[in-house]
Amino acid sequence: MGAKEKPKLAMYWGAACGGCEISVLNIQENILTVDEVFDIAFFPCIADFKVKDLESYPDGYIDLCLFNGAIRNSENEEMAHLLRKKSKVLVAYGSCAYEGCIPALSNLTTKEATFEKVYINNPSIDNPDKTFPQEITEVEEGELTLPHFYNTVKSLDQVVDVDYYLPGCPPEPPQIWAVLQVVVGALLEGQPLPPAGAVIGAGTTAVCDECDREKKEKLIDRFYRPYEILPDPDQCLLEQGLICMGIATRGGCGALCPSVGMGCRGCYGPLEGVDDQGGKMLSAVASVINAGDETMDEDELEHVIQEAIDTIPDPAGTFYRFSMAHSILRRVKNGKGDS
Amino acid sequence: MERITIDPITRLEGHGKIEIFLDDKGNVENAYLQIPELRGFEQFSVGRPAEEMPRITNRICGVCPEAHHMAATKALDALFGVEPSSVVKKLRELFYSAFYVTDHTVHFYALGGPDFVLGPDSNPAERNILGVIHKVGVDIGKQVIECRKRNHEVIKMLGGRGIHPVAGLPGGWSKAMSKEDQKIIHDYAKQNVEFGLFSLKLFDDVVLANQAYVDLIVSDIFTHHTYYMGTVDEDNHINFYDGLIRVVGPDGKERVKYPSKDYAKHIAERVEPWSYLKFPYLKDVGWKGFVDGPDSGVYCATPLSRLNAADGMATPKAQEHYERFYETLGSKKENGRYTPVHHRLATHWARLIELLYAAERMLELVEDPEITDPNVRQIVTSTPTEGIGSVEAPRGTLTHHYKTDENGILTDVNLIVGTTNNYAPIAMSIKKAAEGLIKGGKVSEGLLNTIEMAFRNYDPCMSCATHSLPGQMPLEIQIKGADGKLLETRSQYIG
Repeated sequence: MGAKEKPKLAMYWGAACGGCEISVLNIQENILTVDEVFDIAFFPCIADFKVKDLESYPDGYIDLCLFNGAIRNSENEEMAHLLRKKSKVLVAYGSCAYEGCIPALSNLTTKEATFEKVYINNPSIDNPDKTFPQEITEVEEGELTLPHFYNTVKSLDQVVDVDYYLPGCPPEPPQIWAVLQVVVGALLEGQPLPPAGAVIGAGTTAVCDECDREKKEKLIDRFYRPYEILPDPDQCLLEQGLICMGIATRGGCGALCPSVGMGCRGCYGPLEGVDDQGGKMLSAVASVINAGDETMDEDELEHVIQEAIDTIPDPAGTFYRFSMAHSILRRVKNGKGDS
Repeated sequence: MERITIDPITRLEGHGKIEIFLDDKGNVENAYLQIPELRGFEQFSVGRPAEEMPRITNRICGVCPEAHHMAATKALDALFGVEPSSVVKKLRELFYSAFYVTDHTVHFYALGGPDFVLGPDSNPAERNILGVIHKVGVDIGKQVIECRKRNHEVIKMLGGRGIHPVAGLPGGWSKAMSKEDQKIIHDYAKQNVEFGLFSLKLFDDVVLANQAYVDLIVSDIFTHHTYYMGTVDEDNHINFYDGLIRVVGPDGKERVKYPSKDYAKHIAERVEPWSYLKFPYLKDVGWKGFVDGPDSGVYCATPLSRLNAADGMATPKAQEHYERFYETLGSKKENGRYTPVHHRLATHWARLIELLYAAERMLELVEDPEITDPNVRQIVTSTPTEGIGSVEAPRGTLTHHYKTDENGILTDVNLIVGTTNNYAPIAMSIKKAAEGLIKGGKVSEGLLNTIEMAFRNYDPCMSCATHSLPGQMPLEIQIKGADGKLLETRSQYIG
């Protein structure tokens, strides 16, 4: 990099909703600083660079690449490989790239079932010939192609090496800005970068530590759906029997959801040092259940705990709401391979 | 046969691709808009507790998560058979109005506006939001940023988060509004009304005062005669949050008006093997291909469509502009209502009239003494079975349909998403623009921009992603010979 040359920034999406791009815009006036400090090298959301421009860059040309979105199809994966090759620092930006997020709930079902539901079996469909989208279609005028839809949704680090993870669905603007400042400090002033593989732009403790609600170590007999009770505005939601993932989720968001009376769903991913957020949540949930007294034998205890846990609908889809792809579970096996 | 590929035009539910095929004479044989991505929410939501849907489906789109959040919340009302209290309805509509103001603002100033404010023939390097600011002044640029900022703040105050809100519950809303918040939001709503009026004035001064632009708006290349859809209240005025769905024909006559629970009686979706996205159409008219006219079931659901489908606006200032819109564009009044305007570029103007309406509505709602009533949650004990909810998303009527078991676990989900309604009309507009600009194998210089303008007026979700601050649409055209050899590449200036 020449003395006057600005560092190069890229941002790209895989299977994503666009909220990550909006989150960057929500750093508000700081976006102008980003524009001053970086040259945009590839950023389909805001600038007209093509894939062939990207291909023409030397390897490692891009200093910082923020990749959001999960790996849902062959095109997402091809772009991930290309961007890895061209980037010095590749960040899995947002929950989808980090751990699969909502799109990875698809790993609880199959490609076949998805196509069946979307294109055949729904109340508004008109598809008497049972047409499915095809990777190659011969139309009158020529051939049209579509990417290959995978059976399993993957996180970014399941297809390429990732340098850092920036959690959140989407990441909160102050956290994004803090990360950009660290990277700018490293690129322009030689300050050290965080250790490779680190989770950046997030807290090191649980969402609970950022939550104003009061915890009383209260044990509960059962869990409630959010519409079954009127929760106390000041008490811990979990201790009122409402599922709140804050206890098993990395902080950094400022406990936004519990502050408006809704349980955390875990979008900042597992706690520091924990690999499996769902497993951690399950043990956390077991620990708040009122299992009776010490005189009970182990079978009885297990029975009581199980009964309480049975009042939680869909534990897999709740405890792994955002982390399915990255979890130990990863996907429900369907015996058909995973691509 | 030659083909022209425009790739990527990027995301709708993913990215987008345009393929244009030329015949032996070098004229357009056909054009395809392909959507190469699917995430499959309708299937992976099955097995989830229904009440989680407002927090799951908002991840369909990070640009308009508020719309999915609201359609899902209303589907839960229906699913559990609970009527939200009057304060809950008002709070939800207030939240939704703030969302409309910011969403329409971003589209006009950052996405669609540059074409007009700077002109379609201006230097592409200037034809973006920064160019708009240079032309109309930095103060206006600041106003746009401020408008976006204050309305996102309202969304966070009322919905819990700035992106992907969480407050929707069956029959309720998780957080009441404090008197302090009311005061702030009241102030913001007043600023929004001023901003709406200001934006319409700007449109007057910059666009309507320029005959060349008016000619462009009414030119044939940007005109299609289709059916129009929009949600109306009991007076047949536009409402974004609730009402009946009304469809009018190309002649302006009401074809049907129905509650959203009857959507499947009126809408069907066609599948093509070359796209992951489906094509909705009016069932009783039928699918006749990518053509307009009264015999084709293709319908449109945009700001222009909503104006065409309604009899007027529910707020006074917006109504004034509504009348002016139709009078200016040569519409006639028949049986007390204006005949439709079919010029797609007029959608930008319609969007600003909707922006003003949303701001006025926001002000009405925040001034309502009931709005700070703290009783916003209710205990629901009914057994859920099936529920359908809809709202007007900025990009079209958005419908969520859920079925559950007796424990409220989803067994079936069907979604007809805003932009999807307009898939066929957008594809038609692209083809028409291409036909007008590619003759005898010669590609007119204005092709890229004209194709952009042809679909950008619909504000498809992909345009939000591809053309936001300070952007230039990433377009490239490759002209290939019959042997597939690349003859020529044209690309848009890098913004």
